[in-house]
Parts: sequence; C-alpha cells; structure tokens
Amino acid sequence: MAEAKTRPVSPEARRPLSPHLQIYRPMLTMMMSILHRITGVALYAGTLLLAWWLVAAATDARAFDTATGVLTSFLGRIVLFGFTWSLFHHLMGGIRHFIWDTGRGMDHPEREYLAQATWIGGVALTIIVWVVAYTLR
Amino acid sequence: MVELALPKNSRPTAGKTWPKPQGATNFREFRIYRWNPDDDANPRIDTYYVDMDDCGPMVLDAILYIKNKVDPTLTFRRSCREGICGSCAMNIDGTNTLACTMDLKDIKGTVKIYPLPHMPVVKDLVPDLTRFYAQHASIEPWLQTDTPQPEAEWKQSPEDRFKLDGLYECILCACCSTSCPSYWWNGDRYLGPAALLQAYRWLIDSRDEATGARLDNLEDPFRLYRCHTIMNCAKACPKGLNPAKAIAEIKNMMVSRQS
Repeated sequence: MAEAKTRPVSPEARRPLSPHLQIYRPMLTMMMSILHRITGVALYAGTLLLAWWLVAAATDARAFDTATGVLTSFLGRIVLFGFTWSLFHHLMGGIRHFIWDTGRGMDHPEREYLAQATWIGGVALTIIVWVVAYTLR
Repeated sequence: MVELALPKNSRPTAGKTWPKPQGATNFREFRIYRWNPDDDANPRIDTYYVDMDDCGPMVLDAILYIKNKVDPTLTFRRSCREGICGSCAMNIDGTNTLACTMDLKDIKGTVKIYPLPHMPVVKDLVPDLTRFYAQHASIEPWLQTDTPQPEAEWKQSPEDRFKLDGLYECILCACCSTSCPSYWWNGDRYLGPAALLQAYRWLIDSRDEATGARLDNLEDPFRLYRCHTIMNCAKACPKGLNPAKAIAEIKNMMVSRQS
C-alpha cells in the first residue's frame, strides 16, 4: 500500500473484494457447468488430433503410420479416452442445456437429476464405446 | 473478466482468536470475515466461541451474541429477523442465505461466515450493494401503461395474478446474484438473477403495457444472455424462488416474439 501514502485514495477504492470461488461450496450443477466449459476446450484439442490423423491419411502411408502409431500408443490411448469422455460429457451437457432452454426440469429436485444424468451418462457412454472398440478389434 | 484469485489487498489473513465464554460448557466455534476501513490491513478471519446455552437457534442469534457479549466492533446488517427484509444476507457455511432464517443445527462443525461473494466490502459483513440496486432500477420495476388510467384500480383476473407467484416474493437480499459465477465475472454488464427475476415479474404482468420496450432493454449479449444456467441462484434463494427459470422464460419470450 505504498501508493496510499503518497496520494489519498478514496475509501471506495480501498474496499477489498469479498472472497468468492475460494469459499463457495461446490454445487453439483455448478461443477457440471465448469466441466462443460473444460470439456468444450478439450474438444478443440481433440478435434485438432482428429484433423491431424485425417490429413495424415490423405498424405501418404508413412504419415498415416506415424499418426496411427502415436494415437494408438499407450499415452495416445489415454488422450483418446479423454477425448471420448469430453465429447460425451459435452454432448450430455448440451442435452441438459437444451431441456433447460425449454424452461423444463429447472426446479428441485429435477435439476439435480439432470446434473447427475450428465456426468453418469458421459462416463457410461465413454466406457461403452471403448468396450465395444476393444471387443471388435 | 474471469479472475479466479483475489486481488492482493483482498486476501484474508489469519485473525484473532477471541476468548471462550467463561463458565460455558456447550460452545460452538465461529470463523468470521473481518475488514476495517480505518486501518491499512488486509481482511482477516477471526475466531469466536458462542455459548450455545445462552444463544437462540439461528445464525443471526449467534452473531448478535458475539456483538453483544464478545466483540462490539463486529459489523453486519440486520433488521426484521424473520426473513422478510433481506438485510442479513451473507455467505454462511459456503452458501448465500439469510442469517436470521439459517438454523445453526443445519451446519456441521465450525460456522464460517463471509460477506456476500465478489462484492466490495464496506466493513466486515457489509457489502456495497450500490450497483445491485442500480441494476434493479434499470429494469424499471413499476407498472407502465399507455391506456388512460381507469377510474378505479387496474384490474387483473385471478389466473393472471397467479402468474406473479414465485416472483413478487423477492426481497432483493442479493443472495442469488452474488452466488452466480457469471455475475462474479461480468457483474458490470450482466444484470444478474435478482434484477432479471424482477424484469420477468413485470414482463408477465397482464396489466403492464411496456413488454416490447422491456424486452428491447434486455436484448443484449451481456444483460440477459450471460446466464449459463449454473443454477447457484435457485439453490441460494432463501425464499425458494427460481431466478434461473425466470431468465429461461425471458429468453423464450425473446424467441417467440420473433416468430
């Protein structure tokens, strides 16, 4: 507060900002909103990977082998698993928002059920896709 | 702007632990946010002990106990002590609510009390609500008509009157708006749940004739559309109202007037 000593600061300007995210109890619907944002950002990265794989496929066999090699490596599979989950979680979130946009399911306890369905649906669909993928391999 | 961390001057530091009430056996711990505009220090979290055998059931009873018997400098707003004035809105146990209607039995362990979140603090638990009230004024919360004044009252059918239920009960305590992350990050441009619930209260009033102008005033990427249905507002409202739903209804009115 060195500045405060050199020139007068109005009482209004000195007022601290009260704590917010630091102290607010995490709510399920709030967490789903935050996750919707995070998975939305993750989808950008995932789509870039997908684009890279498609470009490699259109280039030549060597580029395709490199891309497939990276994506099917252990680390690559973890990233793809995350991409799948992001996609399904974001999709479920989108459906939840679509229902809410009609003005339905906003009261207690329906809104909690929808929030739970979002994350349970996202996890379940991800697992189903991977189980099916490994079974068909 | 999204700023997850608090500014340097706003970060709470460890505060004073006040002595336990003498002779008390049944006491409870309270951690309360303190900030005094008269000294140059950061906010601090003080620890108090309340004799529960000498204190009423609500959180407001406990902070009045502290003010009367432990520390008279503790500053907060209160008036009606029955959930109708909205003065004692604060963040208790992680959610915004009224201290007078919050039962201490519903809180586990230490009771943590902060001012309403993401607001400029005047002193201790008293936030500056100037902008919040200005936003309410901006939606012009009064009956607007073009037709000549009737000789008696403006009439309304019981069905139309029922549409105001769940809206008119708002006491403007600011619990909902200050629970909303969208309002935290964009409170300068987003009107917030309380003002929008009030806006909807006038939009669906059968006697009001300014619906078009009211919608025009809200048709803005920030004023209305910063609501991302996070739902903290509906969960925080101490009157059990649903601002999120009112906002969804306004969005629907925006769409249906275009078709």
